[in-house]
Amino acid sequence: MRYIRPLSMEDAVGLIAGSTGTAAILAGGSDLLVRMKGGFIEPDLIVDIKAIEGLSEIRETAEGFSIGAAVSCAVLGENTALQEGWPGVVEAARLIGSKQIQGRCTIVGNLCNASPAADSVPALVVAGAQASIVGPKGRRTAPVETLPVGPGKTSLAKGEIIEAILLANRLPRSGDAYLRFIPRTEMDIAVVSTGVNLRLDEEGVIVGARLALGAAAPTVLLVEDAAEVLIGSKLDEGTLEKLAKVCSGACRPIDDKRGTVEFRRKVAGVLARRAATTAYIRAGGK
Amino acid sequence: MAGVAVSTTINGDNVEYLCQPDETLLEVLRDRLGLTGTKEGCGTGDCGACSIILDSRLVCSCLVLGAEAEGRRVETIEGMAHGERLHPLQQKFLEHAALQCGICTPGFLIAAKDLLAKNPDPTEEEIRFGLAGNLCRCTGYDKIVRAVQDAASVMKAA
Repeated sequence: MRYIRPLSMEDAVGLIAGSTGTAAILAGGSDLLVRMKGGFIEPDLIVDIKAIEGLSEIRETAEGFSIGAAVSCAVLGENTALQEGWPGVVEAARLIGSKQIQGRCTIVGNLCNASPAADSVPALVVAGAQASIVGPKGRRTAPVETLPVGPGKTSLAKGEIIEAILLANRLPRSGDAYLRFIPRTEMDIAVVSTGVNLRLDEEGVIVGARLALGAAAPTVLLVEDAAEVLIGSKLDEGTLEKLAKVCSGACRPIDDKRGTVEFRRKVAGVLARRAATTAYIRAGGK
Repeated sequence: MAGVAVSTTINGDNVEYLCQPDETLLEVLRDRLGLTGTKEGCGTGDCGACSIILDSRLVCSCLVLGAEAEGRRVETIEGMAHGERLHPLQQKFLEHAALQCGICTPGFLIAAKDLLAKNPDPTEEEIRFGLAGNLCRCTGYDKIVRAVQDAASVMKAA
């Protein structure tokens, strides 16, 4: 096995694209090293991307935020501008693991690990986040929801590396929120989770809505019907009830040790109500 | 397999070592450098026994490659006491009997040191959340929390 720490994206892409065996990208390592230890992966090449310029920074651009692929969730959580702009994204990222894990883990790693239960992914999806991808054919951007294609699988081509997650500036009268259910108070993996991002008009009527469910299907689930229910409402009780029903119905969960299908369906509805309520209040709705 | 040459700083000292590319920093500390104060528990980032501070961030050394320490600052439990003089946290862990078997203790001390460095006056809840990445199967945590609270008040007064 070789360990290489390139200084540029071009070198990193070249190394991965040119590798003959299994190549792995190392940022925080909180998934990679566990998988190596467990014998699930034996990389021939590890490309540590942390020395690449700019990848450990959160940049504020005219369009919004660019969060480098090597930014740890601890650093992300301490960024006050990001906290104000995208509180739902930050609260989701801060739920991943312990203090120790936070010091290492990244949202790009969370995305590329492609676990259906990844905490930051539903929040990024509803935020309309884009992944900035560099590959042998150059740069491209793709909506975050197009990245995971199944448990442990992404749509990235060989040699492609996500260099940053792009978040737009927060629009006026809009707000996001993320909630998950776990059986304990801390340090667990979501049984079901919900991200919501809402935009209101001046009267408090919802004019834009995105809702995504995590751990409810093989990949993150952007529930279009939920947006339809929400838009045009002021999040009254009738809307919340309909929303819960739609979200429970949209789930395609599995039975496992963390929850049954029935339980996940039920909780998806409850979380959708609560996360929508928080997002509505954050957007300035009453 | 050729080793990776690493030059790093551990507890303020410049240290150089050769390690294998798949070797963890925990393995390097314990097996190559004889710094056995850092313990291995789960080896998968769940228990916190191998906690160290890497460039002012609390991390599990089992989830860091030895090669990654190049050019960085590593703080381990061995750097906590000054000679014979214990760190207030170490002193309070002893006074409050905040340990039994002791395997988790270095990790708890490092995590508590990091917690107090960032939040010198934590509430009980903040301590419990802050130390949620460290598992102890002996004490039931109460004595650890009390020791950290007591150490915090001593350190504030100092």
